[in-house]
Amino acid sequence: MPDGHQLTAADLDELARELDQLRAWVVGSLGESDARYIRRVVGAQRLLEVAARATMFVSFLPPAWIAGTLMLATAKILENMELGHNVMHGQWDWMGDPRIHSSTWEWDFASPSAQWRNAHNYRHHTYTNVLGKDRDIGFGILRMTPGQRWHPAYLGQPLYNLVLAVTFEWGVAFFDTEIDRAVSGDKSWREARADVRAMLRKAGRQGLKDYLLFPALAGPAFLPVFLGNLTANLIRNIWAHTVIFCGHFPEGAETFTEEQTADESRGAWYLRQLRGSANIDGSPLLHIMTGNLSHQIEHHLFPDIPSNRYGQIAPQVRALCERFGIPYTSGSLLRQAADHWARSLRLALPGPATASPTAPVEVTGPASSTMAAAVTGVPAQGRVPRPKGATELSRVRAAARRDPQRRRPHAAESRLGLRRRGPAAAAQHEGSRRQAGRGLQSLLWWLAAH
Amino acid sequence: MRAASRRLASGAASLLTTPLRIDDFVELVAPLRSRRQIWGRVDAVRPETADVATLTIRPGRGWQEHRAGQYVGTAVRVAGVWRHRPFSVSSAPGRADGCFEITVKAAAGGRVSRQLVYGLLPGTLMRLDPPAGDFVLPQDVPDRVLFLTAGSGITPVMSMLRHLASRGAMPDVTFLHLARSRADVIFGRELRRLAGRFPRLRLHERYTRAGCDGPRTGRGQRPTLPELLADCPDWSDRSTWACGPPGLLEEAEKLWRDAGAADRLSVERFSLAGCATGAGSSTGSDAATEGGGTVHFTRTGRRAVTDGATPLLVAGERAGVTMPSGCRMGICRTCVGRLGAGRVRDLRTGAEHGEAGDLVQTCVSVAAGDVDIDL
Repeated sequence: MPDGHQLTAADLDELARELDQLRAWVVGSLGESDARYIRRVVGAQRLLEVAARATMFVSFLPPAWIAGTLMLATAKILENMELGHNVMHGQWDWMGDPRIHSSTWEWDFASPSAQWRNAHNYRHHTYTNVLGKDRDIGFGILRMTPGQRWHPAYLGQPLYNLVLAVTFEWGVAFFDTEIDRAVSGDKSWREARADVRAMLRKAGRQGLKDYLLFPALAGPAFLPVFLGNLTANLIRNIWAHTVIFCGHFPEGAETFTEEQTADESRGAWYLRQLRGSANIDGSPLLHIMTGNLSHQIEHHLFPDIPSNRYGQIAPQVRALCERFGIPYTSGSLLRQAADHWARSLRLALPGPATASPTAPVEVTGPASSTMAAAVTGVPAQGRVPRPKGATELSRVRAAARRDPQRRRPHAAESRLGLRRRGPAAAAQHEGSRRQAGRGLQSLLWWLAAH
Repeated sequence: MRAASRRLASGAASLLTTPLRIDDFVELVAPLRSRRQIWGRVDAVRPETADVATLTIRPGRGWQEHRAGQYVGTAVRVAGVWRHRPFSVSSAPGRADGCFEITVKAAAGGRVSRQLVYGLLPGTLMRLDPPAGDFVLPQDVPDRVLFLTAGSGITPVMSMLRHLASRGAMPDVTFLHLARSRADVIFGRELRRLAGRFPRLRLHERYTRAGCDGPRTGRGQRPTLPELLADCPDWSDRSTWACGPPGLLEEAEKLWRDAGAADRLSVERFSLAGCATGAGSSTGSDAATEGGGTVHFTRTGRRAVTDGATPLLVAGERAGVTMPSGCRMGICRTCVGRLGAGRVRDLRTGAEHGEAGDLVQTCVSVAAGDVDIDL
């Protein structure tokens, strides 16, 4: 059985072929029952929110306060996770419903959808766990991998992480404006100013609703409603922070360097998603409350297939991983959360020098489906003319698809010897230094903003 | 004053529902009251022939009365997906119950039309566009009229005829209708009844299928246009409304042009751009297997000829269109553009898809035939 670190280019092509096939099967089977599912979640979420707000009007009664707060927290979590996150990924675009569409959805969260889509769908999902590229690694303020160079400021990291958890909505909103990229010169200040203004407008409306208008409408119950809304947002913040950090930073999930992902084939991209993500085991209730991000691995392989299908394909993805010797990280919520916190505590201190969780993939031999553009040389996202070379990607892929050799079951004889790169080399990588520098800059901004 | 205060109230309420709108909640309980989208509810489905049914639709807020002959853009959900189709309104304007009707023929293999004819339950909701089209009767109805229809092309003309009948004053109307058989004549009984009631309405039904009762063409196929018009010798002097298959309409346009009567002929085509029939056949046959075609970037007016391996994104960039892009591998959906016409093939699955109005990912889509995209 091959080891996940010793897959040949042919193995990776085979992996890509099987995963593409799985995706095509799911896409082909989408229909009325899926559409009904999301419509019901939308309906239930809105009903729950209305019920929560109504209950809050009598929140001077303690049981009503507790019930209203919990309902509101649940409604917000559902909206952010199972609806907002997934709809904005385009998981439901196939329905052609303009109300449930990635281009129109605005979520109940401080960050404007458009900014979040860029930060998340593009940067995080394309460059998952790539140091210097995936800004979700520690959100610019935390050291989540030994590949990030240590700095004394990271000593306070457990505290920052706690603050981030509590203020997650605002942290993400601030993070998505990408001020750090303006500081580092990767983005114009004018653009950054416009983004900040859009964020403040959105966040302002969110704050006005929860902390002024609804409390004021409740009249004498102003304070209980205010506190209830605050608590509901707090619960949602901590929950979202937990789910998101459990997705990529428990033990077993790996990070990568830009070098490792240069000239990555589609198979290698899939492999990186598999190795950089971690699932949470649990009940159907847990899955829906995490927006099915408990199936983080499946979500990262196929970010745009409907969330209600992740659980269905999980056994097949797991079997595929076993066959290819790729680790499939999964654990209970408690374990994954404990892992993430342990990691955040440990990495507040320098090191570890040797036990890097970064175990690079070195693929030798010709990659039949090079995605040259996927990682290197991609300029800032947006309306930027592309270099000619980058356009080779699809041509090569299309050619590869027609190549009958790709259909051949992966041949053991083509498996080539692999080199493993020392983890120390990874730690020294330019990308990681830049990441650490950016992290500190963001940290300063972060502190200034609070 | 009332409108202003209503705007103020809805503005205040939207501060409470932000980031959603009030209509997001209204549509959950009473979609017909939505101000954002015109909804219609199917009140009844009535079979007309073996493969044709009439739907009575109660339109919601925002609907305007149609003019006889106009069509309405509808969207219905089929297998979870909203499908857009235009249909002529077949009822007369000004119904007391505020409803209108469309009459649909189930096309062989047409998933949407079959769903509408055979699979629709009363209570089903549709999205509606306001009525549109200039295939209409003028305010001052001409004295002498010719209606020339074939098959389901009778639907917009039926709205006109019903409108004329409801006024009680029928001008001099000759109605030439072509159908497969007597049983296939949509609204057959009503037509014959109206012809009995109004002596000035002369109805001529012709059938294409041999062995049917009633008058025959004698050849078991569609009579030529001059054969049809033999029943109406003064056709070139009449204001004519024609609706039917493209071949018939082209023939009619030529005939009327040759007779110098082109300005007296109005035609309505059921254009099915982007529907099951697929993209235009002129470049179709060999392009369909290999993919590729001419991509028209409608917003910038640029064009690019592509092969079956060049994504729309790349084609646009080469043609100098500023294309939005992100991951370039079909994940982030930054690059989506709205399809105006034609179909595309997904490079990841090889599946051909797309209807006018769909948002497609340009980075993983290649043209399957000629494509219009709003970029």
